[in-house]
Amino acid sequence: MFGSARIKDHHGEQRLFAGRIVFAGVAAAILLLLVISRLFFLQVIKHSYFADLSQGNRVRLEPLPPDRGLIYDSQGTVIAENTPAYQLELVPEQVPDVVDTLSRLADLHLIDRESVPGLTRLIKTGRRFQAVPLRLSLSENDIAMFSVRQHDFPGVEIRTRLARWYPFGGQGVHALGYVATISEDDLKRIDRDQYSGSALIGKIGLESTYEQELHGLSGYRQVLVNAQGRRVDKLGGTPVHLETRKPTAGNDIFLGIDMRLQHIAEEGLAGKRGAVVAIDPNTGNVLTFASVPTFDPNKFTRGISNADYAALRDDVDRPLFNRALRGTYPPGSTVKPMMALAGLEYGVVDPNAVRNCTGGFTLPGSSHVYHDWKRSGHGPVDMKRAIATSCDIYFYGLAEVLGIDRVHDAMSGLGFGRLSGIDVGGEKPGIMPSTAWKMATYKQQWYPGETVIVGIGQGYLTATPLQLAHAAAILAARGRNWRPRLVTSVRDATTQEIRKLPPIEEPVIQLRDTSLWDTVIEGMEMVARPGGTASSSFAGVPYRVAAKTGTAQVFSLGQNQKYNAASLAERLRDHALFIAFAPADNPKIAIAVLVENGGHGGLAAAPIARRIFDAYLLGKFENAPKPLAPPADAPIEDLDEVH
Amino acid sequence: MESAQEISGAPRKRLSANASLVRRLHLDGPLLALLGAVIVFGLFILYSATGENLGQWLSQVARLALAVIAMVGLAQLPPGWLRRASPVIYGIGLVLLVLVAIHGSATNGAQRWLDLKVFRFQPSEIMKLAVPMMCAWYLHNRPLPPSLRDIGAILAIILVPAALIAKQPDLGTALLVGSAGILVLFLAGLSNFIIGLGIAALASIVPVAWHFMHDYQKQRVLMFLDPAQDPLGAGYHSIQSQIAIGSGGLFGKGWMHGSQAQLEFLPERSTDFIFAVIGEEIGLIGQTLLIGLYLGVIARSLFLSGAAQDTYGRLVCGSFALTFFVYAFVNTGMVSGILPVVGVPLPLVSYGGTAMVTLLASFGILMSLNGHRRLVGS
Repeated sequence: MFGSARIKDHHGEQRLFAGRIVFAGVAAAILLLLVISRLFFLQVIKHSYFADLSQGNRVRLEPLPPDRGLIYDSQGTVIAENTPAYQLELVPEQVPDVVDTLSRLADLHLIDRESVPGLTRLIKTGRRFQAVPLRLSLSENDIAMFSVRQHDFPGVEIRTRLARWYPFGGQGVHALGYVATISEDDLKRIDRDQYSGSALIGKIGLESTYEQELHGLSGYRQVLVNAQGRRVDKLGGTPVHLETRKPTAGNDIFLGIDMRLQHIAEEGLAGKRGAVVAIDPNTGNVLTFASVPTFDPNKFTRGISNADYAALRDDVDRPLFNRALRGTYPPGSTVKPMMALAGLEYGVVDPNAVRNCTGGFTLPGSSHVYHDWKRSGHGPVDMKRAIATSCDIYFYGLAEVLGIDRVHDAMSGLGFGRLSGIDVGGEKPGIMPSTAWKMATYKQQWYPGETVIVGIGQGYLTATPLQLAHAAAILAARGRNWRPRLVTSVRDATTQEIRKLPPIEEPVIQLRDTSLWDTVIEGMEMVARPGGTASSSFAGVPYRVAAKTGTAQVFSLGQNQKYNAASLAERLRDHALFIAFAPADNPKIAIAVLVENGGHGGLAAAPIARRIFDAYLLGKFENAPKPLAPPADAPIEDLDEVH
Repeated sequence: MESAQEISGAPRKRLSANASLVRRLHLDGPLLALLGAVIVFGLFILYSATGENLGQWLSQVARLALAVIAMVGLAQLPPGWLRRASPVIYGIGLVLLVLVAIHGSATNGAQRWLDLKVFRFQPSEIMKLAVPMMCAWYLHNRPLPPSLRDIGAILAIILVPAALIAKQPDLGTALLVGSAGILVLFLAGLSNFIIGLGIAALASIVPVAWHFMHDYQKQRVLMFLDPAQDPLGAGYHSIQSQIAIGSGGLFGKGWMHGSQAQLEFLPERSTDFIFAVIGEEIGLIGQTLLIGLYLGVIARSLFLSGAAQDTYGRLVCGSFALTFFVYAFVNTGMVSGILPVVGVPLPLVSYGGTAMVTLLASFGILMSLNGHRRLVGS
């Protein structure tokens, strides 16, 4: 039976093969006859049913877009909602000549001429039977103008749809993000069936990160249409069962952000460029997330014109740039408490040892003098005083003793050079340099002088305002590290059940002695007291504040040059920075404030933190922000959707 | 059975001039006539299905010309040469598949094409021919029915390329390549016992596979069982194509008068769903005619494979004939709603060149294996 024992039996094989061929032929014939009988069933037995469906009147499936979930702040104030708007739509299969139709709509200024090529591509890549929104918001004039010419535009119609509305305009826009028309690129990555009726998709910020939660599930409705694609109510005599499946609305999300604090932060930065991030050190909840200048997201949800977009994009103040999340700045003296902590943990410094600050520092064997910001020097300082007066000389020396790699290890633990993992996309990690980093990046060895200036937060070291706030929160919580997050809970659209998202804790920073935290924090408290660099902003404060000011150089000075703010162009002036948390004995809020080219951190940045602390801890809300009324759009009863 | 005259290639006196040309080109007259009829029928309906798009229609004609040249060219190759070349073609195909896999991981998403600058082609198409040829080459000198060890070897020959193609991911082609190889095993006389065992094994895999399937894959299956489940997605195709066919009736609405097709209610009307256009515009008569022609092609091919001169020829021809049937059955079954929606074109009719070239190439090989008479008659 097996292998080599057998020889080829040609006749046997041929017989076997012939048998198989006949069997296969008969099977093929039977299966194809099965298809023919199926066709007979469809075309003869069920013919009249299908003929009715197809002849004259037809059933068309119309997708029903879900209501997008709402976004609330921590006080339950709605900060992203849906309001009805008149929308211009085009159904590709009913339009004889898409290019001509779009061009004529542009002639009437109903759509932007520059948007025509993009819309044409979108229409070509989409499904023939699904409406494509051409313009998301029409004024009454537009509606009147189009209505009288509608007969010239078969396949184009005005529908009332829900559009996104951000009642606080630009406030918090860098956290919220915005929704806008689904683009060709979006179409490649989304489930088209789920978005068949949706005009909008989250583009950036929370609207994008939480797209899955917010969007919901599409429904559909069967409608009867005649040969021209117009909706009709009756089908000639034959009863047709029309099905409807309601869409499932998206889930609502709740933020840790308090719009009243957000308002104070943005008002404090008004007319400047900068960022404020405040975090609850006990949960990682972000309480304020401001980047100024802002822009109005409502322009995007209603279809931003090319001119408006170009103006935003080309603005020298870069309002579209998310400074809090993506702006990497030299942290300046705000790193001094972290440097002190590293020195204590590695045991290279006695906190009580006094060092005499003469205003200059030189490395052994070098003639280069590193100056203190105070040319005359601070005199004798111990660690806490060095923090309080922001003595550069003390920290030049400390950094040198530590060496860059130990500085790197300690600061990485506090989040420098790493993504914080916040729940909004596009975060930048900044740079936490080390010898290995420099070799990998520049193929060069590390020079001791570079360590010295890292000691005061200059040189290669950069961080985002978010990272600074996160580091302040870790200091406040004495090593407990909660991942920063904007969204705290989600409300299920169907059950209305609120699901609290548990805060995410990162590994705790274990110091050899917990009292080391206290030493550094006491130094930070002295910053806000008389004699400290932020004392003027915290005069008479009724709670304990731990803080650190920072003034980061944008422009490097030559040896022996003096910094003169008045003579420098505004954009070359120092960045003002400030980190703080309060109450120092039981921290409830940690903050980082950055004012680009603001000058001194204690003067330009600290007052904003003071106002936010007073509001949050003492309930001092003087002028709460007012929601804007949505533009007078369509009445809700007009909605062309099933609710 | 053959006379010395045919060996030398001299025409028989009683054959007409045309028939003699067909003979001299090692082609088969009846098969050629049947294929021609399918193609003419296809071009006729394609003009309507593309919405009277002459440009598309002409480009299909151009591709068809290319496919016919490939068919006639392949028919000229001596059968012995084809057999000896089988492992080489298979090997090249395998290397190309691996190249595509490597190249594909560099770019993102599905990668089936190899860009040869001049033109792009899918190595998986070569495998539709190379896998059955390789299987037949392997079995050619071995005693049949195949031993267990031979079955194992054949399964390896099939599974390696099939897995590579499935990974691209192109499940439709992987199944076609796999079935072409399995059909060789079947024709080689695989015992009924093993066939039964295989079917039982497959059936037992179903619940296990269901357990491991992703939700969206389960959704696909459920959708087939009840198209109304997903009327905007894949179910839309199924619903609209059944409306198109059903409303066509016995004689259809007339060429270029199918409202479902012409108003574009029917998606992919010129490619995978063109059979529904036939149903709507020429009715049951037209569809039955086409299926009849297909049956003719299959029957003639099976007959020719029975007459092939050696084991290799029989197995390759039989597998090609039955693969053609698989195309026809899967597409018509899917369009009429008795099979799930998978991307298999209607053979020689659907718009698109790749399948057309591969199919006609397979018929070229089939005719080569029959048209060259062996030197030693039986």
